[in-house]
Amino acid sequence: MIGASLGAAAYERAPEISGILAGAGPVEDTRPARLSAKADAILALGGISISFGGVTALRDVDLEVKSREIRAVIGPNGAGKSSLINIISGLYHADQGKIAIDSQSFSRVSASRLARLGVARTFQNLALFGGLSVRDNIASGRVHTRRASFVEHIAGLPRARREDAAIAEKVDQTIAFLHLEAVADRLVATLPYGLQKRVELARALVAEPKILLLDEPMAGMTATEKAEMAGFVRAARDRHDVTIILIEHDIGVVMGLSDRVAVLDYGRKIADGTPAEVRANPAVIRAYIGTAEGEHGEGI
Amino acid sequence: MAVQALDAARLPIDWQRLALPVALIAVAYGLIPAYASSYLVEAILLPFLALSLAAVGLNLLTGYCGQLSLGSSAFMAVGAFAAYNFNLRVEGLPLAATMILAGISAAGIGVVFGLPSLRLRGFYLAVSTLAAQFFVQWALTKFGWFSNDNPSGVISAPHLAVAGFSLDRATGRYLLSVTTVIVLTALVWRLVNSATGRNFIAVRDNETAARVIGVPVLKTKLLAFAISSFIIGVAGVLWAFTYLRTVEPAGFNLDRSFQILFIIIIGGLASIRGAFLGAAFIVIFPLILSRLGAFLFGGLFDSGVLDMSQRIVLGALIIIFLIAEPNGLSALFDRLKRRIGSRSS
Repeated sequence: MIGASLGAAAYERAPEISGILAGAGPVEDTRPARLSAKADAILALGGISISFGGVTALRDVDLEVKSREIRAVIGPNGAGKSSLINIISGLYHADQGKIAIDSQSFSRVSASRLARLGVARTFQNLALFGGLSVRDNIASGRVHTRRASFVEHIAGLPRARREDAAIAEKVDQTIAFLHLEAVADRLVATLPYGLQKRVELARALVAEPKILLLDEPMAGMTATEKAEMAGFVRAARDRHDVTIILIEHDIGVVMGLSDRVAVLDYGRKIADGTPAEVRANPAVIRAYIGTAEGEHGEGI
Repeated sequence: MAVQALDAARLPIDWQRLALPVALIAVAYGLIPAYASSYLVEAILLPFLALSLAAVGLNLLTGYCGQLSLGSSAFMAVGAFAAYNFNLRVEGLPLAATMILAGISAAGIGVVFGLPSLRLRGFYLAVSTLAAQFFVQWALTKFGWFSNDNPSGVISAPHLAVAGFSLDRATGRYLLSVTTVIVLTALVWRLVNSATGRNFIAVRDNETAARVIGVPVLKTKLLAFAISSFIIGVAGVLWAFTYLRTVEPAGFNLDRSFQILFIIIIGGLASIRGAFLGAAFIVIFPLILSRLGAFLFGGLFDSGVLDMSQRIVLGALIIIFLIAEPNGLSALFDRLKRRIGSRSS
């Protein structure tokens, strides 16, 4: 709650001032070595910058994610969290910097290529296909594995049928895993919000991704639904060996769920470490709680 | 015991699903050729079948894939003129091959005019498909080669025959038309229930999400334009060869494009049945209106008044449908069926 309201206030500040603030403060340099990623890093971002019409959303951000880690990215509104996840999933292309996935390095890569490389995501605002059933929505998560052409689909040729059967089996497993059996054949648009969020997680998981990006998976949920969702995220990591990058506003959820947390403020990474380290970091405290002090002139 | 009960419970459902299509096909091949008057066939069934098929094609593109098009009548014209020219210039080409080649020609033009869809959406895409409408009509009028240098630009349709049997009489043209429509509709039904059809819906409902999960968005859009234009092109062949019996550019004007769009709006977007219900409505509605007008107002209700009142009522109906029942006649039909079902049980 506090984070959200202060974040909204922080959004009003001009980026230049924040740059001074961030530069002047005793910021810990917790950067990992640039792209000479350690052996167990599945994803490494190096020096990522992006700006939109003169407004810098991300400035020289590094992020390194280990395999099978739940890695949270937090920060006030407008800190650049969503831009970061959009870059990792190929929707935005960074102005500068490189992304390495499984030691393959790119400066720009398309969303569809990333799907094949094993990157799946959910969206902050639901992005389901309202005209399809829950089952078909989930099945669409494996579309990148299909090779059969539309002619084969119409004629029902063996390859198309084989693909359908293989996908149906995976979909059934995912439906069972996330307890969606009761609603499997309903149109997704008719489901309550919390369940739609879960269907979106199912659509991402069924792709059996190596890296799963969750953009505020618990936004707008009740406390019970949040706890349930946190359980699913943890279970997904444990059972499917997936690396999870999580953006979330609810600090309590993040601290309990993540292995390591990176904190963004005004497009810069101001802290990175275990939840306990981050919680004790003065720069983080300033970003989240000390905004008002900052406006009273501290640090200028 | 329990298994038997389950099977018994499942059987009637399967029959219910199949009953309507089977009954319709039986009527189409049994009753109509035997008993229908030539007026019914020539003035109602032939335009109904051609427009239904065009609406099935447009529904694939607009209803399922979400790409708004105002160029349907251009693709019909391409189909009709391509069929005429293939028939004229290739000696002994079978009718089925002529129709398939005509469909492929329309698909080619459809893909070209579908290219803007890769950048444009909604209203802007509709305006760019309007270019197809004007360009095709212009090209067919400008270059005499397309109409074999006929001075009036109006050419009669060729003789229709399959394996030596002449289909020039009303019943023959009806059978050609109904067979084409059934075959293509069955293929479209298979398509929309396949993974390709679900890709269309994914692109329509959320293009960004579709791209992220790996749907080839560009390919899917162009495929929708190609298949849709193929079907609309074949519908154009039926319209010119079986209904009008002439081929002329003026028959495929912007009014026709709007008419097909109205059919799918009234019938129901993303519904194959809706295309047929909407086409039936559009074909029968003017007839009912003229009878009703003559009955109520007598001689005052002349053809000019009929034309005007037709436009007014149709416009009002489209507004009412868009507000009150965006899913069209098809959804009304479903609701009616459910009500009857709940009353009888």
